[in-house]
Parts: sequence; structure tokens; C-alpha cells
Amino acid sequence: MKFTLSWLKEHLDTTASVAEIAETLTDIGLEVEEVVDPLEKLRPFTIGKVQSAEPHPDADRLRVCQVETKDGLQQIICGAPNARAGITVVVAHPGVYVPGIDTTIGVGKIRGVESHGMMASERELELSDEHTGIIELPSGEVGQSFADWLAANEPARVDPMIEIAITPNRQDALGVHGIARDLAARGLGVLVEQPVKPVPGAFPSPVGVTIDADAMNNAPHFAGRVIRGVKNGPSPEWLQARLKAIGLRPISALVDVTNFFTYDRNRPLHVFDVDKMQGDLRVHRAQGGETLLALDDKTYTFAAGQLVISDDNGPESLAGIMGGEETGCTEDTTTVFLESAWWDPIRTAYTGRDLKINSDARYRFERGVDPAYTLPGLEAATRMILDLCGGEASEVVEAGAPIDTTRSFRLDTARVQSLVGMTIPKAEQVGYLTALGFTPSGEGEVLEVGVPSWRLDVHGEADLVEEVARMASLTKLEPKPLRRPSPGVPKPVLTPMQLRERAARRTMAALGYVECVTYSFIDRASAELFSGGTDATRLENPISSEMSHMRPALLPGLLQAAARNQARGIMDMALFEVGAAFHGGEPGEQHLLASGLLVGQSEPRGPHGGRRPVDVFDVKADAEAVLAAMGAPAKVQILRGAREWWHPGRHGMICLGPKKVLGIFGELHPNVLAAMDVKGPAMAFTLWPAEVPMPRNAGASRGALTLSDLQAVERDFAFVVDAQVEALALVNAAQGADKALIEDVRVFDEFVGGSLGEGRKSIALTVRLQPVEKTLTEEEIEAVGAKIVAKVQQATGGTLRG
Amino acid sequence: MEGLDKLRGDWLARIGEAADEGALEEIRVAALGKKGEISLKMRELGKMSPEERQTAGPALNALKDEVNSALSARKSSLGDAALEARLATEWLDVTLPSRPRRVGSIHPVSQVTEEVTAIFADMGFAVAEGPQIDSDWYNFDALNIPGHHPARAEMDTFYMARAEGDNRPPHVLRTHTSPVQIRHMEAHGAPCRIIAPGRVYRADYDQTHTPMFHQVEGLAIDRDISMANLKWVLEEFFSAYFGTKVKTRFRASHFPFTEPSAEVDIQCSWEGGTVKVGEGDDWLEVLGSGMVHPKVLSAAKVDPAEWQGFAFGMGIDRIAMLKYGIPDLRAFFDSDLRWLRHYGFAALQVPAVHSGV
Repeated sequence: MKFTLSWLKEHLDTTASVAEIAETLTDIGLEVEEVVDPLEKLRPFTIGKVQSAEPHPDADRLRVCQVETKDGLQQIICGAPNARAGITVVVAHPGVYVPGIDTTIGVGKIRGVESHGMMASERELELSDEHTGIIELPSGEVGQSFADWLAANEPARVDPMIEIAITPNRQDALGVHGIARDLAARGLGVLVEQPVKPVPGAFPSPVGVTIDADAMNNAPHFAGRVIRGVKNGPSPEWLQARLKAIGLRPISALVDVTNFFTYDRNRPLHVFDVDKMQGDLRVHRAQGGETLLALDDKTYTFAAGQLVISDDNGPESLAGIMGGEETGCTEDTTTVFLESAWWDPIRTAYTGRDLKINSDARYRFERGVDPAYTLPGLEAATRMILDLCGGEASEVVEAGAPIDTTRSFRLDTARVQSLVGMTIPKAEQVGYLTALGFTPSGEGEVLEVGVPSWRLDVHGEADLVEEVARMASLTKLEPKPLRRPSPGVPKPVLTPMQLRERAARRTMAALGYVECVTYSFIDRASAELFSGGTDATRLENPISSEMSHMRPALLPGLLQAAARNQARGIMDMALFEVGAAFHGGEPGEQHLLASGLLVGQSEPRGPHGGRRPVDVFDVKADAEAVLAAMGAPAKVQILRGAREWWHPGRHGMICLGPKKVLGIFGELHPNVLAAMDVKGPAMAFTLWPAEVPMPRNAGASRGALTLSDLQAVERDFAFVVDAQVEALALVNAAQGADKALIEDVRVFDEFVGGSLGEGRKSIALTVRLQPVEKTLTEEEIEAVGAKIVAKVQQATGGTLRG
Repeated sequence: MEGLDKLRGDWLARIGEAADEGALEEIRVAALGKKGEISLKMRELGKMSPEERQTAGPALNALKDEVNSALSARKSSLGDAALEARLATEWLDVTLPSRPRRVGSIHPVSQVTEEVTAIFADMGFAVAEGPQIDSDWYNFDALNIPGHHPARAEMDTFYMARAEGDNRPPHVLRTHTSPVQIRHMEAHGAPCRIIAPGRVYRADYDQTHTPMFHQVEGLAIDRDISMANLKWVLEEFFSAYFGTKVKTRFRASHFPFTEPSAEVDIQCSWEGGTVKVGEGDDWLEVLGSGMVHPKVLSAAKVDPAEWQGFAFGMGIDRIAMLKYGIPDLRAFFDSDLRWLRHYGFAALQVPAVHSGV
């Protein structure tokens, strides 16, 4: 919402400066977005008088002027044809910045003669495009500020413009009058009421108006009148200047009047050219399918139920949103029908949204226009049209009646102070409310407050509290400590799952992975690679096709990140993300994941060797470390058979039973890498933190540590098995040979093929025996060894390597 | 026994000349071995008279001791020299690069979320969470934003597609973290104190807007919580977060879900295009807040006649940019490794109030 200072001052009798007004507006909830004060850049210029103007000795067009200035008599060289003795001029002294030529004036020599400043033209001061000569002022004293002179003598040319942001509730501030009321309530001046004197009708309106019964609830009141014998043309300069100052294009006097009231009183109006109309106006609901060429030159097709104003020719106006081109006013218009009506905000909002029309009228009607000002607005506009265009007005025709907005709410003045946390005496509260047009009454602490017709947003006590609070000034609010919920050391607040998420994140960073935060939506193709991209997870209105589906997993986002980095020349990387993935489109169909991605070589080229392609066992180690950090048990199963984006033979599911998958690690399928433009090798892991069982014992105690003083014994075994037999099967079998004695079984070597023959391999285990009661004899060790061999053979068919 | 002096002189000289441990061993055998010269002399003691033995015995023993210690002294000095020579050959160019170690990092969004959590936890706020896809009831209606409300259109909401025949209003990607207020109060009632950090979505993309960003919601409900408490909480928060006393300015505003509402500015200065928080005369808008609207409390089944309190919402990415001088929001979600390493945080740099956040 834009307005100018002089416009405001028609509604507010005030001596406040632009700065004070702007500060106050922001404080009371009408946030100032911009103040354009044309005087600002004119402040350094002062008034001078030319005493003499002699020809320049070396230039025909230049004159050497002696000018009386605030600094005494100064010599200024000037090329303007009107530079002559006796005129009053605007002087830019050395050091002054001249906006129109983007130059700071200095002392200089022009063709050998010194010049101490400049006499400015209007264009040089950005006052107009005038540049045929320097400014000649009709009055003004030497040394006087030119800005002050302008403000006093030609205020319209330097009218400061203020733009404020309007929150959705403040429909009343969409008119300058409403803004003035707010400022007056805060004490920044006195509101100038402008009672409207009705214009008596000279003849019955030749155009009648009706509202269909089924439209009444959304279009309760429609008024208008005919004005005949008008002479349309450009509106007067003051009106044009006002509209231009707020960014509107003056069109013609009739249209400019309607725009003026839209901004002056938040009272949108419409003018029909009666000569282009046929019959009476009827407000009704569209049946659907009717069309209208609107004033924006676009044709709109109505949906059933939308509000239309029609004459005998059909639709002529989109009620409350935009008029029709066919009956629009032109320079030739001599008879107009002036409409002032009230349209339901919700209906207007829906129609405007459905037809995708933004207009000043829609903006205002959907926020709420004062229903009690329909007739006064009509009268005020009639008067202005008669003033500007002549003619005579008919009697007012009216259908329906203003909606009844009478209502009141109780306001507990003590609760106001409790909510705001500020002392605001009852009398002060009553004062603010009264100044805003509310009608508070009641003796005790609790008031009964009537709401003015222009505050359609006020629906209860809370709204009244807000009115009092913003008038009392939240800027003055003093902070008051909030007691801790309980005295003493604060209690821990994080849940076990929140702690687990943090542990995963910090552990992955500690393992050398760089955390990414990627978008939650990705393109359909990438989502489909990870079994997503379904309609359930599709956005109705994505911002681009790259962001059309909620991600089914974190890996596609990380792979895209890897591809982007590889495109920038970084080939090796370790990335991770912890966040939600989506398995459906309903609230709650999301689950927390932690994924790591390892791409390329294990380390950069270097003098120490050690550089190798990353492999499955890198990510297996990292996945295990992160699971451990989240409290997962060490004893797990490694199963195969994960989804198709994993390498079929190079992945493992870390499980507690076949249905309890804690995580998956492995090499990504080459097809996935190719599709996502990532140069491999690429290893990854994904963990499901919520699947990790919660510890049974919540206590801090670790349980007793039993250490044996007896020497542990290690024995090595090498088994030959089929190549497809898994090492973990051997380990588990060996472990089961004597659960009391065998403390640990480790694989320390694998050897495939060679002398063992095709499809065979050897797995070497080291078994650590920890005696509990007494040192083991060689026979006892032998016996355990035999049991291990038997168990392994039974479980895997493996035989001891000879 | 005058020969002993010569013997001593000869052996000590030979020991002194021994070039390595092998030569030294030969000398030891030749002098003190079973058939060594000194051992043979010792054996001759038995043939002497007791008188002769009385003087020759100690003398020979002394000689033997002297040769022995000369041997071991020489041995250790030879060892030292050998070690020194070996170490000299083991010279390495230690200016070579160290063995590479992968260094990970934490994203600024995670770090700042933990910082915010640490500070609010100290003031008794727990961390609540909610779904990112939510119903329009939780995202709008329950927050006093009915279907026709202009705020709905202004929020640039992302909607989930509805299957043919599913005539429910479409779910939305939450446009703010405020629905967590409703879900939390529904589940736990009053009194309560929570923050709710998380991802939010709006269909907007330019230098200062990304279609996804992060917010943290704050909610404190009790019997007598006021806007003045809110101001205190926010000033405490910003001062702790920026590590310097930060003043706030409350400006009246309007949000459907709070009343009275305020936009909150923090004190700052602008110098050469960079902003410094906690000094100067300028103000920077950082969040929206207010007293929870009675209708919102009612929607969440909390009695507004009995309970009152404040709520606020601010951008995590935004306060991260302010604190750490990060210029462009879009880069947060681009995963450029150069950016992540520059603006990221070490794994063990865990924010805590006692160490400063």
C-alpha cells in the first residue's frame, strides 16, 4: 500500500515528520517497506542570486557569473542561455553531489576561468526533464535551503511517498483514511473526518439494479446511479500526480476517480458506459461457461456459482474483481453508471484465485471493505465526478442492504496486561480502542467492546488484545525472565531416538564422511531407481521436474551430489546424510535414514602407497561403527537379497533375524551409477536407526567385568570349503563348539582357487580359548580343536586344510 | 710379576683398537677364554708358594677385572657407534605429506540446530518433531488459517498429488514448523515448553529463497506466560547464540495463529556490506512470534481460559548465515564439497552451553 505525505495529511492533522510517521507506522503493525523522500537529495542545494553575468573571454556560449550565495559572492561559469543578472537560482557548492548528472561538484577552471560551483537545471536535480535553462525561482532568499523552499512553495513536487506492508487482517489500512486513523489513535495527530454530503438526484436512474435471491448471501448490497452529461478527459494535475506517486497510471477522469477512492477510502468502485449497456443490471451467479472480455484484455470463462453483473447483453463485469471491456468508459463517454457494491470476501477470494486475476478490487474485497461505506462512498465519488466532469446525477438505485456487522466482545483489561506482560491501565486501553472506532463500555475490569463496521477482521477478545497491544507499543516491552520449569540443573530433554540420530551423524563425520543436506524432493527417474517415484509421493505443483517426487531414500540425493562434485573435478569422496525418506504420501509415512556414500579411491595419490579403490569392506566397517554408536548389538546376521540398486553379489543386510534389517551395506549396481552419471566404484550403506532395539536396561551401570588371570590360548585352523560358503558360517560353527571356553573366533586369511581347485577356497580362523578355572592341558586343547573341526565340517562341509 | 704391567698395557691397547664386536670377542677369548693368556696366568697361581700367591693373586684378579670392564666399555661404545651409523642411514624426508586421513564434517544446518537445541534445553525446552507431509488441517486450519485466508495463497504451498477419486483436500508439505505445536499439545497438553526444528517447504526459488529450508518453532504454554517472557527468552537465546549481548525490538504484526503478534528484529550494524549482530543502531528482522491464539489452543484441545503462552518461528538457515557469514542460501543444499568443507564443523565440535555454542 502506497501513499504520499500530503495525501495522508488530508486525513490526518499532524506536524510529525516523515521519519516519525514511518517509525510509528512500523511500530503499530503497518510495516514501512520504503520511504521515498525527493527532498533528501535536494538538502545540500541552496538559493543564490545572480549579480552579474559577463561573457566568457574564451567561449561564446559561456558566461562568467558573480552569484550571491550562502558563502558570499562566488564566481560561477554557466552555459545556460537564461543565465543573467537578477535571477534567483539554485546553487550547488563545491562538494555537493548532483543526482541528475551523477557528479560531485568541485572547484575548477573552465576555459581558463575559475568556477566555484554550479547553477542547476530541473533535470540536474531530477525534478523534471526540463533542461533548456537553469532554474529561475520566483522567490527565495540567498542562502535559504532549496529543499525548504520547495516544500513551502511547491509541496506537490516533492511529496514524500511511503509504502507499507499490509498484513491480511488490516483491510482498513488499505485506504489512506484508515492509516490516518491508526496514527491518530497512537497520538500522532488528529483524524480529519470528512462527512459526505449526499448529492440529491436530479432524475430517476434509467438503469435499475437487482440481485438474484441465490446470490444475496455473497452479494448482499449493490448501489449505483447514473450521471449524465459528463465530459471525460484527463483528470486534473493534482489527481494525476497522486496516482503517479503511488505507481498508478492516470487513464481518464472517470477511471481515476474510482482508483482514487480505492486508495483513499478502501472503496473500490466501477463505472459503466451507459450508452454501451442494454437494459438493467442484474447481479447473479454464473451458470458456468459464460465468457467476458475484461478490462485487462483477457477473456475469462465463468465457473458455475461465480458472481457476475449482467445486462441484457450478458455478463458485463466480474463482480468485485474487474469490469468488462465492452462497457468500459472512454474519452467519449457522456453517461456513466457509477457502481458501489459490497462483495463477500470468501467468494471474491475463490473467484479471483480460480480465474487467476489479481486486481486492486479483488485484493480489497477479499480482505474486506467497510460494508457501511457503500452509500457514502457512492456519494463522495459522485461529488468528485460532478466536480471534475460536470453533468448531473440521478437518484441512487439500490438492491439489498448493507450486512449487519454489529457485534461486541468482552475484553478483560487485566488479561490484556497478563498476556502482554506490560502495565496498560484500563483508561489507556479504553482510549486506544475509542480512537480506533471501537465502543468500549463497562465499569469494572471487564469491558464490553463494540466493533466498528470497517474492522471485519475482529472476531473476538484476542483481536481486541492485539489492538491494545500494538497501540501501547510492543517496542516499549521490557523483557521479563521466564522461570525454569523446575529449579536446579536442567533436566536432559532429548529422546533416545534424537540421541541416536545425533550419534549417527557425529560418528559418520568422525569416520571421515562429509554431511550433506539434500532436497527432500527429487526427479521421478532418480526416485524410480530406488523404488520410489510413485503417484503417492508425487507433488501436485512441483517447482521443477527435477523436484517432482518425495525421495524414497537418501542415496539418490547423495549420488546426484557425487555426480555434481565429479563434474567439478572431485572424483573421490565420502558423503553422508541423516534425514527422512518417504514411503507414502500420508502424514507419518516417512522414516529416518542414515546413509553414507563412498566413491572412487581410498585416498589421494601419494608417496606412501595405500591408494586403492574403495570396497565393500570399507563401508561394512563404517556401517558397523555407526550401528555400534547407535547402540546396536554386536552379534548380527549378514543376509543377502536386498533390492535391485545393490550389486547382487556384493552387499549385505545387517539383520537381527530375517525381518529385522538394521542396515544394508554394499556396492551400488553399475546400472544405477550409469543412470545417475557417477563414476565408480561407489560403495554405500543405509541404516534404519529406528530398527535398532532400545536397550533393555536404562541404568548407567555397566555390570561387573570378569577378568581371568589364566593365560589365553590361540589356535589356528584353515578349512577348505566351497567358494560360496560364507566365512560367517564357519565362524559361527567354530564358536558353537564350546561356548564357555571359546572367547573369540576371527577370520585371518582367505585364499581362493589356486591349488585348491576351481570353486574352492580356504578360510583361516584363529580361535582364542580363555580358560576359566585352570590352565588348559594340551589334551584339553586338542579336544576343543577336534570339536571345532567337527562342527565346522558339519555346518559347512569344510575340511581341515592339509 | 713385573710382566703384568706390560700385559695390561698390551691388552688394553688391543681392546682400544678393536674395530667391531667380532674383533672384541676374539680379544676376549684370547685374554680371558679358557686358554686365554690371562686365564693361563691365573692357572699358574696354583704352582706358586703361598707368599707369592698372596701378591700375585690380587694383582691378576685386578688385571682380569680391568680387562673385563675395558671390554664392556669398548663394547658399548662400539654399539653406540654402530647404532649411530645405522640411524644416520635411516634419514627420512619428513617434509613428505602425511599419510592421508579422510576428514568428515557436520553441515551448518545440523550444527546450528544443535546449538539452538542446547540453548533452549537449558531454558527447559524439549525437542518435538512432526511429519513433513501433513494434512491441511494441521498446517492451516488448526492454526486459524481457513481455506479462503489470503495467508494460504501467500505461503506458496506445495501440495501432494491426489489419486483420482480421492476427494479429501490434498496433503501439503508443511509450510512451517507450526503444525508441530498442534500435534504436541494434542498429545501432551499443557503446560509445555518445546522447540521443533525441521525442514519446511515453500514453492519459491531465488537467491534468498529455496523450496526447502529449515525452521525452528518455539512454544511455551503455562498459566501466566506473557509476551514480556517471550522477549526475555529470545534475548537470552540470541545473546547465547551470537556470544554477545543482543537486544531485540518487537514490532506489532499479524499472524493468524498468534495474537498479539510481533515481528522481532535483532540489533545489528552494517559495515561494508557485512552485518554484525549485537552492535550498532540498525535492526534486522529475524522471526515472527506472538501469544498463541485462543483458537489454536482450542484446536489442540487446550483450554484458552486456563492456559496462555507464546510461540515463535525462525529460520535456522538464516541464523546460520548471520552467525557464520554464509552469503547464499542456495549453496546450503548444493552439496559442493568445497563449500561443505569450508562451512562445515568438526565431528567433535559438539555444541554445549557450558563450552559456548
